[in-house]
Amino acid sequence: MTHETFRIVVVSAGVSDPSSTRLLADRAAQRVATLAKANDRAVEITMIDLRELLPELPQALSSQLLGPRFTRAVEALVDADGIIAAAPVYKAGASGLFTSFFQVLDNDLLIGKPVILAATAGTARHALVVDNEMRALFAYLRALPVPTGLFAATEDWTDKALGTRIDRAATELLILMESGFARAVRDGSWGSYQHEYGSAGGTELDIDLDSDMMRLATGGTLRDGEDPFDLSKG
Amino acid sequence: MQFGIMSVSDITRDPVTGHTPSEAERIDAILQIAKKTEEVGLDVFAIGEHHNPPFFSSSPTTLLAHIAALTERLIVTTSTTLITTNDPVRIAEEYAMLQHLSKGRMDLMLGRGNTAPVYPWFGQDIRQGLPLALENYNLLHRLWREDVVDWEGNFRGPLQGFTSTPRPLDDVPPFVWHGSIRTPEIAEQAAYYGNGYFANNIFWPKEHYQRLIDFYRRRFEAHGHGSQKEAIVGLGGQAFIAKSSQAAHDQFRPYFNEAPVYGNGPRMEDFEEMTPLSVGSPQEVIDKTLTFREAFGDYQRQLFLIDHAGLPLPMVLEQLELLGGEVVPVLRKELAAKREPGTADAPTHASLVKAKYGDAEPRQPRPNANRGDNVTGGSPYQDSEASVEAYPTL
Repeated sequence: MTHETFRIVVVSAGVSDPSSTRLLADRAAQRVATLAKANDRAVEITMIDLRELLPELPQALSSQLLGPRFTRAVEALVDADGIIAAAPVYKAGASGLFTSFFQVLDNDLLIGKPVILAATAGTARHALVVDNEMRALFAYLRALPVPTGLFAATEDWTDKALGTRIDRAATELLILMESGFARAVRDGSWGSYQHEYGSAGGTELDIDLDSDMMRLATGGTLRDGEDPFDLSKG
Repeated sequence: MQFGIMSVSDITRDPVTGHTPSEAERIDAILQIAKKTEEVGLDVFAIGEHHNPPFFSSSPTTLLAHIAALTERLIVTTSTTLITTNDPVRIAEEYAMLQHLSKGRMDLMLGRGNTAPVYPWFGQDIRQGLPLALENYNLLHRLWREDVVDWEGNFRGPLQGFTSTPRPLDDVPPFVWHGSIRTPEIAEQAAYYGNGYFANNIFWPKEHYQRLIDFYRRRFEAHGHGSQKEAIVGLGGQAFIAKSSQAAHDQFRPYFNEAPVYGNGPRMEDFEEMTPLSVGSPQEVIDKTLTFREAFGDYQRQLFLIDHAGLPLPMVLEQLELLGGEVVPVLRKELAAKREPGTADAPTHASLVKAKYGDAEPRQPRPNANRGDNVTGGSPYQDSEASVEAYPTL
């Protein structure tokens, strides 16, 4: 039996070159690919380096106008089966570039999608940023961060335990992708989440003509009950 | 096809000179702009409605009535009239009055308004903005078409035996455009009533507007008002024109960079590429504007935003000279040549009168004598059908 290829999108907000944030994200992505291959599943990895989106960020923030690179990033996320999101920690929080990127996205773009959260920092004192801060952002987006958050301070790069955690997070992501959770949630209860016309990266274009608002738009009323003065009702 | 300008009535500091016009200066300037709009051969002048600084246009019908008195051909309209925070009864009265004073040279565009704090100033709540807009228009529609209205809704007190006065000119309601850029319900309402649909066509790529305009056209047909190409579509657009492309960019850049809404964001060149904004020579503006028809089909009204962001009055007047002198005449010719047969003409009072009465005389309502209670009852006009006897007689 052949399976569809898993599409993994890596979002890295590292800005230096080489970037330890990018390195952490790459290690997680490679681990997912290796584990998937062992299960006879192919993986296609798309890299979104947020640094390249910087020139388009001001207009995206000020007028929700997405430039061509932003648009390609959104298209990749629409199709993603799993996401790896990695940020450097600045001043006790995920970097502004990382946060801004996800704040610009439609609220319903990532619903149900499994995500590995990863952060890097110069000191272990930032270790809770992944679980206390980044996890909340993805909860808001109704995405599904895997139980293991990845955090790498300088000393972790020489510690085998980081590799163990990467393996754990990758395994968790793979299981969630294999379970078809995101698709099942979207197929089963997409309508129960909040959407706007044209949201979900421009894919939410269904118009329900059979709604209270559409009845009101076509001369109907929101009022309950019958008109006591309606003579036609006898 | 009608061409004109729309202003949001912002009073913005001129970023080049540092001068901020007073309210008095800006209101005086808008009159000169409106008169110039007619002088250079354009058809339509539209003004927005706002209830907070730095805008001056809180009372559009007062302004538009004055402009109508100063002009002879110009159609005055709004961009937009707030259908949410205004009582639809007052809209019915004020715009019918404007219609009489302008001899039918008016219409109006309805919009919701997206400034949350404004709603409670008028006793409303932005979270109810959409149902408020839809219900208010349902009432407005009836107030202009029925002499006597009984009505009950969710957002204002009920009406019993209410007559909105004056009745519309020639008993033909003002034409209504519904402005919206992301709300299918508004497009559906425009289609249901056979009204016009207007997309501001400013901030986003044209593909964004295309979807709802197509939806509106399909629904216009589904509701039995005619074919899709007979639907009435209006578009905004934003232009800055100079003799050369370079001059246009040099002159407009400081205003673009500090413009309200999108200022300090995108580069002007990126905004030009991604949105309907055109900055350039007359030919460049013509070429860009012609792409609108390709994207949206033949349409009936094109309004340009050229008076905003602190542009000084002489510069706005010069824009009008170029727009009316060099751009619009070519657009008229080119669009007329490309126009598909069977598309609707832009509605005017004369065309609506013709559609309702043919060659017959329009109805001119004359009130019955006051019964002494200042309430009109079921048959306020001499030609009203007295369907219900007011009081039984013994």
